[in-house]
Amino acid sequence: MVFENKGNKATRTGFGEGVLSAGEKNKDVMGIGADITSSVGMNLFAEKFPERFISLGIAEQNCVGVATGLALSGKIPVFATYAVFSAMRTTDQVRISVCYNNLHVVIGGAHAGISVGPDGATHQALEDIAIMRVLPNMTVISPCDATQAKVATKEAILNLNSPVYIRFGREAVPDFTSEDLKLEIGKGQVLKDGKDVTIISTGHLTWEALQAAFSLEKEGISARVINLHTIKPIDEEIIIKAARETGRIITAEEHQIFGGLGSAVAEVVVKHHPVPISFIGMNDSFGESGKPEELMQKYGMTSLNIAERVREMLRK
Amino acid sequence: MNTKKISFIHALKDISKDIRKDIIRMIANAGSGHTGGSLGLADIFTVLYFNILNHDPENPGWEERDRLILSIGHVAPVQYAALAYAGYFPKEELLTLRKLGSRLQGHPGRDHGLPGLELSAGSLGQGLSVAVGMAIAAKKDYKNHRIYCINGDGELQEGSIWEAAMSASFYKLDNLTALVDRNKLQIDGRNEDVMNIEPLKLKWEAFGWNVIECSGHDIAALIAAFDDAKNTKGKPSVIIAETIMGKGVKSIENDHRWHGKPPSLEDVERFIEEIDNG
Repeated sequence: MVFENKGNKATRTGFGEGVLSAGEKNKDVMGIGADITSSVGMNLFAEKFPERFISLGIAEQNCVGVATGLALSGKIPVFATYAVFSAMRTTDQVRISVCYNNLHVVIGGAHAGISVGPDGATHQALEDIAIMRVLPNMTVISPCDATQAKVATKEAILNLNSPVYIRFGREAVPDFTSEDLKLEIGKGQVLKDGKDVTIISTGHLTWEALQAAFSLEKEGISARVINLHTIKPIDEEIIIKAARETGRIITAEEHQIFGGLGSAVAEVVVKHHPVPISFIGMNDSFGESGKPEELMQKYGMTSLNIAERVREMLRK
Repeated sequence: MNTKKISFIHALKDISKDIRKDIIRMIANAGSGHTGGSLGLADIFTVLYFNILNHDPENPGWEERDRLILSIGHVAPVQYAALAYAGYFPKEELLTLRKLGSRLQGHPGRDHGLPGLELSAGSLGQGLSVAVGMAIAAKKDYKNHRIYCINGDGELQEGSIWEAAMSASFYKLDNLTALVDRNKLQIDGRNEDVMNIEPLKLKWEAFGWNVIECSGHDIAALIAAFDDAKNTKGKPSVIIAETIMGKGVKSIENDHRWHGKPPSLEDVERFIEEIDNG
């Protein structure tokens, strides 16, 4: 497979397009806004279906409760705000009202990761995957680009029937997949095959992982790249196969190295086929203000960092 | 459609006594549970399930049913007893409360399959938001059923309650009635000592609600209050129902230590006698 950047586009835009598209297909889809509707891409839906959009203001706990009531009444509520709020301000409501009742509430977490940039640490969600994936009944999705965000959002709204958290970012990032790339929630995607090492990535770090893999190819290193767009339920099969066939794994995510994608992969690997794993992500610290690309460099989450980590691992 | 609506005050009083006696038996048998609040709400639950709510124990999922959200899940015993008396499940099952494998979880859990429960709940401050969501959905779909939400007074210390209150009046949810169990007590003692919530009527009014105050033990007054709420258009209503924690068992009434304490097996007979004589 060859992937080309069709142009940079924010995954939040893809999410918004996905909500609109799902809303056109199913009249039970309802949107909930917490004051930053345009910022999370929900304006498309709100403008097209004003009668199905409920503005609730800066009151995220209430948003989740109202979504619960809508879901109990046969609606498919979509609630999105910044991930620091949708996944963390509301954790108790998500745990009890949504997950314990096992309801199809679609929760969007925007502006995830340090690539939020200048807003700084308070608005950079780096713990949301860990918190959401530990909740029973919850599905956690982290699409790799805007196109996949659209496809995954539609899928999560139209074809799931249980709680789901979808994570996306603020910045325009390479949009490289096609809507034809088959997406099955709970199944990872091998985007590039390889035999020496496997890079398992999620979110826009998948693009960085691909860049790293292609540059390593020139050095004679064959790296497999798996895009794990669903972190829960996790695709055990694709991970075990990678562990068996390549013997080394590197995980890459714009999230704390504790509790997120890396931990989820490690849980599978130690259980079924232990191999060395190296984790790329935030190393147990808060972010800070800066340009997105400066922050990605400073905290070691670029393609260069991934490639270097592969070389280190192969030297051992 | 529920065929069991009862208008005779004395008949409703008899039911509430039976419910109280079962609350004592089931919590004592469980060895843990919230006795005071459950007893205090017995008259209110009797009025709701036997006079106010449109519901059908034969068809718990009936789409046109009124919805009752119990935000204070810890008083589940009073709801379980009312559901059993209404015919949702056999009364014998009440004695399985809090036991392994029981459908009667310590706090309501729909995943265990008990019919008649609208929401798994127990973390305070969440139910009113869910009720708002249900009321919005009913309005959007032009449905006539009503949404009821039972809240505690201590629970009003949770900020999320006021987020929900703000949204209910913003969307003019006159199909929503909240009821505050105003027993003035919570685990640490009196509300006014733990964290004052007064002036309560003014607070709800400031949030755009129609406020009705009544005794939570006067059955006729409760029926009138719910009717008043139903007839109020353009805004949600809240009934602030003055109750006595532990009501019906004189020896434990108004004692906050009975918030979360079960009667001992030796207490049972004496407490039931007190209820009979009340």
